[in-house]
Amino acid sequence: MLLQRVPLGIVTIWIVTMIVFAATQLLPGNAALAVLGKNATPERLAALEKQMGLDQSPVAQYWHWFSGLLQGDPGRSLVNQQTISSLTGPQVLNSAALVVTAGILGTLIGVAVGLVAAVLRDSPLDHALAATALAILSLPEFVIAIFVTVLFSTNVFHWFPAVSALPPGARPWDHVSMLVLPTIVLVIVIAPYVFRMMRAATVEALESEYGEMAGLKGLTKRQVLLRHALPNAVAPTVQAIGLNLLYLAGGIVVVESVYNYPGVGQALYQAILNKDVPTIQFLVTLLAAFYVIVNIITDVLALMATPRRRLQR
Amino acid sequence: MTTIQSPQAADIALEEVPMVRRFEWLSVLGRSCQSTRGMVGLGLTFLVLAVAFLGPLFAPEKPNKVGVVGAFAGPSSNAIFGGDALGRDVLSRVLSGGWQIIVLATLATALGVVVGAIAGVAAAYLGGWLDNLIMRVVDVVLAFPQLVFALLLISVAGNQLWLLVVAVGTSHAPQVARVIRAAALDVTERDYVKAVAITGVSPVRVMLREVLPNLTTPLMVESGLRMSFSIIVMAGLAFLGFGFQPPDANWGYMINENRIGAAINPLAILVPAMLLAIFAIGVNTFADAVTRSALRVDRTVRASITADAGSPALAVVLPAEDQAMPSKETKTL
Repeated sequence: MLLQRVPLGIVTIWIVTMIVFAATQLLPGNAALAVLGKNATPERLAALEKQMGLDQSPVAQYWHWFSGLLQGDPGRSLVNQQTISSLTGPQVLNSAALVVTAGILGTLIGVAVGLVAAVLRDSPLDHALAATALAILSLPEFVIAIFVTVLFSTNVFHWFPAVSALPPGARPWDHVSMLVLPTIVLVIVIAPYVFRMMRAATVEALESEYGEMAGLKGLTKRQVLLRHALPNAVAPTVQAIGLNLLYLAGGIVVVESVYNYPGVGQALYQAILNKDVPTIQFLVTLLAAFYVIVNIITDVLALMATPRRRLQR
Repeated sequence: MTTIQSPQAADIALEEVPMVRRFEWLSVLGRSCQSTRGMVGLGLTFLVLAVAFLGPLFAPEKPNKVGVVGAFAGPSSNAIFGGDALGRDVLSRVLSGGWQIIVLATLATALGVVVGAIAGVAAAYLGGWLDNLIMRVVDVVLAFPQLVFALLLISVAGNQLWLLVVAVGTSHAPQVARVIRAAALDVTERDYVKAVAITGVSPVRVMLREVLPNLTTPLMVESGLRMSFSIIVMAGLAFLGFGFQPPDANWGYMINENRIGAAINPLAILVPAMLLAIFAIGVNTFADAVTRSALRVDRTVRASITADAGSPALAVVLPAEDQAMPSKETKTL
């Protein structure tokens, strides 16, 4: 399984780099023109094109870019001529802090609430939770963010800042209060997925024949839940967590923009507004690679957590 | 009451059963409209549709007219939702700023479902290298987060409406293809499809006339789900400023341009946010009702769900729904 998935994942990422590169090559006007702006003379343009390698064939350009990428050098931003790696480093850290914190909290809350709902299945509480989860899952992230902001920052309670623009050079944990609102939003986005998976898997296990058998043997409800239901709920929940991380790869663009949080998503949005091609290329590749890698990891973990399927192979 | 079991039964049944029984998806749709869940979803959806499409006719002011009231002015008799960042009438902008997201999301859903269905049916029925190729393309497109994929295309060709539809539609297609492929595999194994193919009918014709009509129910379920995702992505893009021409009003972007004034006139962001929320919840609730009623009658839907772990909403519905259903029905499948 692992032997099969990893090479396939690498090929996928490689194709992704080609698509990203080909797509951004279609940009009207070239990168050199974008750097020089209106006061570009033909001579300066030609010189810069040569310097940036834009006079070479697309294949040579792709190879230049791709080999740079492999060596950890994705080129320079067109906006301020800094290397993209130096710009992106802190952004990746900022986004990671947000995603990891929200991921852990959202998973814990989702698992806990899912267990409660499964044990109390078909109770009014269970139905209320299911309806709430369905409602939240339908909402665009920024709509959730607006409700959270109005509630906790601008209008009802004035507890946390509505803008999370970390000062340059600051680490996310230096300004914890700024992290609170974006984290709450991401937790609200994540928890319902985990909740639904957890509830469904636990209910399935509890009502299965072996679950019933365990109860008939005289095990207490708690023992049935912990020993029989929980292990069976791990695989689907791992998958839900993976799906969440995938979802977050896109969701952070919007949530970071709402709070002006200096992460990868916000950087991608700015790069697109500025038509900063090298940065766009790198960030899209980065997000897509993250997507593929998470996908492989969750598949493998889910497989390892499912004894039936592990033995089948 | 579920699927017709034998060819003889089919002959008799065709004469006697009413329209809704012959067109299974109609009965699925009818049943979901009768459930509480379905009625609530449909009601909320139509409420917002009415505001979005009839609203422009009732706007008291020109939505782009600047300085009708003061910037972020509170509610007053001539602007009941107050003013926005440029003193434009929030009510008029709300009434005229809803339809773009809805139209774009619908078009993107339609495109994604059509392309995905064609790819899925072709992969399932033709099999072989084509199946492999299609599924590899699906893997690659799936590697891009939906919103990021749309942003990438926007960065290439600019903020163009058709481009957004293509971008979001294309990013839906792989999921649809996976689901429909799984459902179609179930159909292509049936005897009558094989029988028709043996008589020398062209593959395209078999796919269109024999396979596709059996997939209307899973297609309907999938369309509902995709519509929910389309709304989320299109609204997100609108929030970022894509999918309409500023200074025109748009619910998504209104929230962006007026959030600095949240403390002064919260209605400028809360009203569009509420409308978007009601619409999204309405559509998703109705889609959920359709999925639940389809699960009771259609085995292709089940086949597609069990085979597709990538569709979170469906994968989640199944186990719970299995328990809720009488075991008799489950066993016949």
